[in-house]
Amino acid sequence: MPQREGSPWQGMSVVFFRELFDHLTSARMLVLELLVLICGAVVVYIAVEQTRATTAEDAFLFLRLFSPSGQTFSFVLVISLLAPIMAIGLSFDSVNGEYNRRTMSRILSQPIYRDALLLGKFLGGLATLTICLVTLWLLVIGFGLIRLGIPPSAEEIGRLIMFLFITIAYVGVWLALSLLLSVVFRSTATAALVGLGLWLFLSLLWPILAQMIGEAISPSDIRFATLGLPTPDTLAWQEALQRLSPSFLYGEAVRAMLNPDAQSLTTLLAQFQGRIPSPLPLNQSIIQVWPQMVSLVAGMILLYVVGYVVFQRQEVRA
Amino acid sequence: MSENVIEVEGLTKRYGRATAVDGISFTVGKGEIFGLLGPNGAGKTTTILMMLGLTEVTAGSVRVMGYDPVREPLQVKRRVGYLPDTVGFYDHMTAVDNLRYTAALIGIPSADAGKRVAAALERVGLQDVGLKRVGAFSRGMRQRLGLAEILMKDASIAILDEPTSGLDPHATSELLEMIRSLKRDGVAVLVSSHLLERVQSICDRVALFSSGKIALLGTVPELAREVLGGGYNVEVEAEGEGLAVKFSDIPGVRAVDQSGPNRYRLLSENDVRPQAAAAVVNAGGALRRLSIAEPSLDAIYNAYFQSRGVRNAAA
Repeated sequence: MPQREGSPWQGMSVVFFRELFDHLTSARMLVLELLVLICGAVVVYIAVEQTRATTAEDAFLFLRLFSPSGQTFSFVLVISLLAPIMAIGLSFDSVNGEYNRRTMSRILSQPIYRDALLLGKFLGGLATLTICLVTLWLLVIGFGLIRLGIPPSAEEIGRLIMFLFITIAYVGVWLALSLLLSVVFRSTATAALVGLGLWLFLSLLWPILAQMIGEAISPSDIRFATLGLPTPDTLAWQEALQRLSPSFLYGEAVRAMLNPDAQSLTTLLAQFQGRIPSPLPLNQSIIQVWPQMVSLVAGMILLYVVGYVVFQRQEVRA
Repeated sequence: MSENVIEVEGLTKRYGRATAVDGISFTVGKGEIFGLLGPNGAGKTTTILMMLGLTEVTAGSVRVMGYDPVREPLQVKRRVGYLPDTVGFYDHMTAVDNLRYTAALIGIPSADAGKRVAAALERVGLQDVGLKRVGAFSRGMRQRLGLAEILMKDASIAILDEPTSGLDPHATSELLEMIRSLKRDGVAVLVSSHLLERVQSICDRVALFSSGKIALLGTVPELAREVLGGGYNVEVEAEGEGLAVKFSDIPGVRAVDQSGPNRYRLLSENDVRPQAAAAVVNAGGALRRLSIAEPSLDAIYNAYFQSRGVRNAAA
């Protein structure tokens, strides 16, 4: 049997720019961005005012804008909660919407492969979200520059760029998930509800459930409990389970990247060994969160591929 | 190479155990209007989707302009324009933008696209609303925009799925006229419809579908001769003695019905109007009216299935 002729990329850039244009001009995108902007502005403002009040020496002053130490609400938390909403809001109707508008069979009867349509849609969504995130990122840095009056150090910039990459990979996971849902469910409302349900489950419910399941699989040892320490086996199980959620992976990766001086296992170890705990250098931080970063990118690709396979096999008629 | 632009041979599509299309074969020639007619759910749309490579073929083969839609879908889709059943456009975009998007997908250079889009809109009479959003378009306008897309594509084959369903009589006749004009450009047109009578007037040949099979295939007069035993219905209104006998003596006349006083209906294999007129005049009668009606596809379809039903019941 001869090979499939023609390039699967033909028409991809056309779909990509169409999607990008549609997203950037849509009211939906504007609302989502305003939501993130307002929430982000509040937490960043609080963080800046707090930082201005401290007089202690701090090598990572700029990073405190994104993730103030000892604070529950931070810009990072806002992004980790709201970025999925943006991703879901952007693409919950991207494939099933074409069926519902009855444009799918007309578009697919043009000389392009389905690959081009799906990849163009995915990359268009990812580019939109990247533009939004970079804008927010620059706004926070600009605001910090004005209010704090000191420029970030080279290492801080490096860490902030890594933070941006991790964040893009994180929204990519949610975008791919949302795209998959829009392929699987013919009703846009169902796809949106399932997407939001998964988001609630993974970011709010799963951390609690993972604790309980971990406890059930490997109950804590009374000897550790009396010392007020977590049982290592239980902790390992709980962490492994929690890492199934992209929100947890993102939290871990970002914490390591933006709080290099935070109490991590390595600093605990250093204290035990009698060494003076010192913040990890950037390259060590990258090595530390490499697995998390790879998992996020792999999750994104995996979800996209599942959606791709389902879409290729799908009947065109409604 | 043969003159056939579409060749379908033993085409079959099964969904699980249900057979949607069951071993159909037909050919469409260059510049021909071919009708795929039959009730909803008879397998017409599935056949069309297989010809475009949009759904997998279970068995049999399709050749469109000599290409296999399963292995060379882009070659096929470059040459075929498709107007789906209830065609949709992006409602928030203008008609021109919708067509320009398609033009970009086809790969028409943008310098060229503007001219081609304008020309296509002009031909379907939408030049005045080109900059309006498609969301405000009526059904008839959407169908015409779909035709404009095919014109812009400069396709050699146009496949139209239920192009007239849901349109008012005026919009229908306009659309049918546009389909005829496609034929004049040398485009082969494949029309599917469940409205047999509407479409029969433009079709050169038709295939009547019934539960996944082609029950009848040919020109309308051919089918009428085959199924009804005669192709033409000649109505005569005349005064005179013993006209019924005289009419039945005309060669080619199969049956004569007297439908009322001085009214006769002649079922014949060919147009017997001159002979009927001569018969009336020779008998010294007065001819009041003489008309001919082509047999309708509806009548053919019903007669075919009635006779089959009787045969099945007898067997």
